[in-house]
Formats: sequence, structure tokens, C-alpha cells
Amino acid sequence: MKNVRLIARLDVKGPNLVKGIQMEGLRKLGDPNEFAKRYYEAGIDEILFIDIVASLYERNSLYEIVRRTTQDVFIPITAGGGLRSVDDVRTMLRAGADKVAINTAALKRPALIREIAETFGSQCMVLSIQAKKTTSGRWECYYDNGREHTGRDVVEWAQEGVELGAGEILLTSVDRDGTAKGFDCQLVGTVSNSIPIPLIAGGGMGKLADLVEVVNEGCADAVAMAHVLHYGKLTVDAIAMEAERKGFRKGRQFTNAR
Amino acid sequence: MRVKVTVVDYGVGNLLSVCRAVEHCGADVALAESAAQILAAERLILPGVGAFADAMKALDQRDMVGAIQSYAQTGRLFLGICLGMQMMLSESDEFGKYAGLNLIPGKVVRISSTDVNGHQHKVPHIGWNQLVYPAKKDGTHWLGSILDGLSAGASAYFVHSFTALPDNPEARLADAVYGGSLLSAVIRMNNLYGCQFHPEKSGPIGLKIIENFIHRCICF
Repeated sequence: MKNVRLIARLDVKGPNLVKGIQMEGLRKLGDPNEFAKRYYEAGIDEILFIDIVASLYERNSLYEIVRRTTQDVFIPITAGGGLRSVDDVRTMLRAGADKVAINTAALKRPALIREIAETFGSQCMVLSIQAKKTTSGRWECYYDNGREHTGRDVVEWAQEGVELGAGEILLTSVDRDGTAKGFDCQLVGTVSNSIPIPLIAGGGMGKLADLVEVVNEGCADAVAMAHVLHYGKLTVDAIAMEAERKGFRKGRQFTNAR
Repeated sequence: MRVKVTVVDYGVGNLLSVCRAVEHCGADVALAESAAQILAAERLILPGVGAFADAMKALDQRDMVGAIQSYAQTGRLFLGICLGMQMMLSESDEFGKYAGLNLIPGKVVRISSTDVNGHQHKVPHIGWNQLVYPAKKDGTHWLGSILDGLSAGASAYFVHSFTALPDNPEARLADAVYGGSLLSAVIRMNNLYGCQFHPEKSGPIGLKIIENFIHRCICF
């Protein structure tokens, strides 16, 4: 049986949790640590922090947010945004992250994927891909929040990432990000079925049926959600119950632990 | 007096989360950066992520291999987490053949890339999975152990491509099912415990396991 992971994605800008639409028009939503703690207590499986301006301004305020989160959040934490070197990754892991998500720096220098995988293990190297549909019906890799295009094909880049040692792929549809119009299941399915490692689907979750579709048709191994959680459109509990009911997630039994 | 837990620091991975979880469960934490600090520990945790050979080399470079083996003989409690658990065994097949700490006889092998029906499935095994009783075992084996108070079905967070196979199946305290096969989730021999999953990342269930290790666990 499949056991899909539910991941809360928290985009941060400076000290704030933010969310935009198609990665533009950011709105401040509050303290990322408070949101992370709330989702942890509600039973989310993992937390994903992305500093969405770090690549643009070459700075990173995420270390402190991660450090604070590890004080009361005892589930896996992935952090990304602006990490450019093995040393940056080491600092992030030392701050309490379990995995790092790398996009821009890997596109600019693919060997970084191998360096991170060899130094810290594949399990902590998450290759983050921002995908936009092209007129030819394929998908192209973007960076800097979907602003800069690369000419690289998403499927080929995902496969190259696997060969270089990535342990997971975080695949975000720029077209669907923040729209709540559902995932690009064609994109997710095409990539998931062409790689032997887990795929996290992101961008577009708006209702329970979207989750079911991306798992059943998109073959996603994990789902990253932002908008739908931050704006309180769905609760973690409702999402988890639906996943269990549809038979692609084992209920996490916590009741006898206290 | 608060219990003191020593965490082996050999330069790899995320130690902070283990330390925070131990503190959360009411113990003081110290990092061991030398053989002497390992030998002086009251309770010892060996964390680990990454590759087997690199981690063994890192322990060796710090003269920690003999110290951990000596500590294990004292009867004081020991917990290996993830790669730290795999290193408790005699040897691993990961990228060659490498000797482990040999605290529990057995070996570490790659998880099959196909399930029991011969279909491809994804490796690494990443995510939450339920702890189940190994063959011919039930909840009575968990009493007094780090799993005391939990029952089959409790979920923990796993991330691994290799799996521990102790020679003596009695050393398996809990398993997890992946692709229809049973993988060792918790192993035990006398005062020595190993968790393939990350208790420090497994929410309230994981904290309960760490709390048992600190406060309740008895040696067998």
C-alpha cells in the first residue's frame, strides 16, 4: 500500500510567512514558527520551509527560523532557498534541518547535487524543480520564483538529478502555485513515472479531490500544501482522514503515546 | 537528579534535533567528542545519517570505535538511531563490504528495489510507517523496553535505503512492512537498542520512545 506524506509548505520572506499566486504578489500571513507548530500538533507529516527571496538577495534568514522550530516540532524539516554550497547545507543541517531543497544553485552547477549527496547522504538532498508548461506540451525548469527560465526540460533534469544523487524531487508547478485550481497531474505523473525516487508534488492544492487526483493519477509519493492550509480552507485532520479513507495513507496512531 | 544522556558527535548530520528531543523528555544532554567522554556516559546515543563507510571512518578517526565497543560491555544503556543502528551490526554491503561496530552479530543489506510481487518500488523507504510485531512476537516483548506503552500500529518516521539483518531473529523487537517485506525497525540485545526510524522526528510516539530510554527502560 502507498503511504503518502502530507507536507506543509511555508514560504518565508525575512521573518514572515508569505504566500503569493504563481509565486508573485506575496502576502504576509504571520509567524512561520507558530504556523509550523500548529501544523505539527494537528498531525502534519513534514514541514518544508522555503526562503523565497534568499536567491535573489543572496542572504538567508532561514537558519534562525529552523533553529526555533526544532525546539517544539519533532517531525522532519526540509529547508531551502538560497543554499549555494556544501558549507551552506552543513550550517542548515546544524541548525536542525533534516533535508535541504536545492533549486537555483543546482541549475547553475549540477555537481553541487553530487557534493551534497556524498557529504551528507542522498536522503537529505531534495532537488527542487519549478516547472512551467511550454507551448510544445513539455515543461521547462525555472528559478527565482518562476521568473527565470533555463531552457532545460523538467523530466530530463529530474533524471539527471537522480543520477547525481538526489534523494527526492520536489516538483512545483509554477502555473498552478497558489491558484487552488488543482495539481498539474500530467506533469506530476510524467516525472514520477520516470524516476525511481520519491516525488513531492506541489502547486495547486485547493480541495480534497485535488489530493486524490494527484496521488492516483499523478503517482505522487508526497504532497506539499501551502495556500489551502494557511488560509484555513482545509484542516490537516480533514486532509489526513480523506487520504486514509481513499487507502493511500496509513493513519498515524498517536493516541496511546501520552 | 536529572538523567544525563550523551550523544556521540562525530561530525555528521543533524545532532540538534536529537538533543532537543532528549531535553524535551526531561534529561540533560552532553555531546561526546572523544573516546573518554563516551566511556564516561550514563546513557549513550549514536545518531547517524549518510553512508556507512564514511560514518565508520569518522568514528575511527576520532578513536571512538573501541570506546563504543567498551561502553556497550558496561551494561549501560545504548541507543543507535538510523545509520547509528546499522553501525551496531557486524558488516554492511553499502558500496562495498565494510566492518561495523559488531555489537550485534548480523549484516546490513540494501532494501530490494522490487516488492514481494516483483514490481518496482521506490527506494529509499521514506516516510511514516507502522511498527508491527515480528514473527512469533507480541506486545509482551515490548514491556520494559523502549517501546513500553506503545502498541502495534504506532507510526514512526523512516528514511533509509539499507536495512539491518541481525543473525539472531530474537534481536528484532519491532518490524515495519515495506513492499510486503518485513524490515527491522527496532533491534535489541541486552542493554543495546537500535531504531531504524528517527524517534526524534516521529512526533509524540518518538518522544515516548526517547522518554522510555531516559526514564523507564530496564536492561535484559
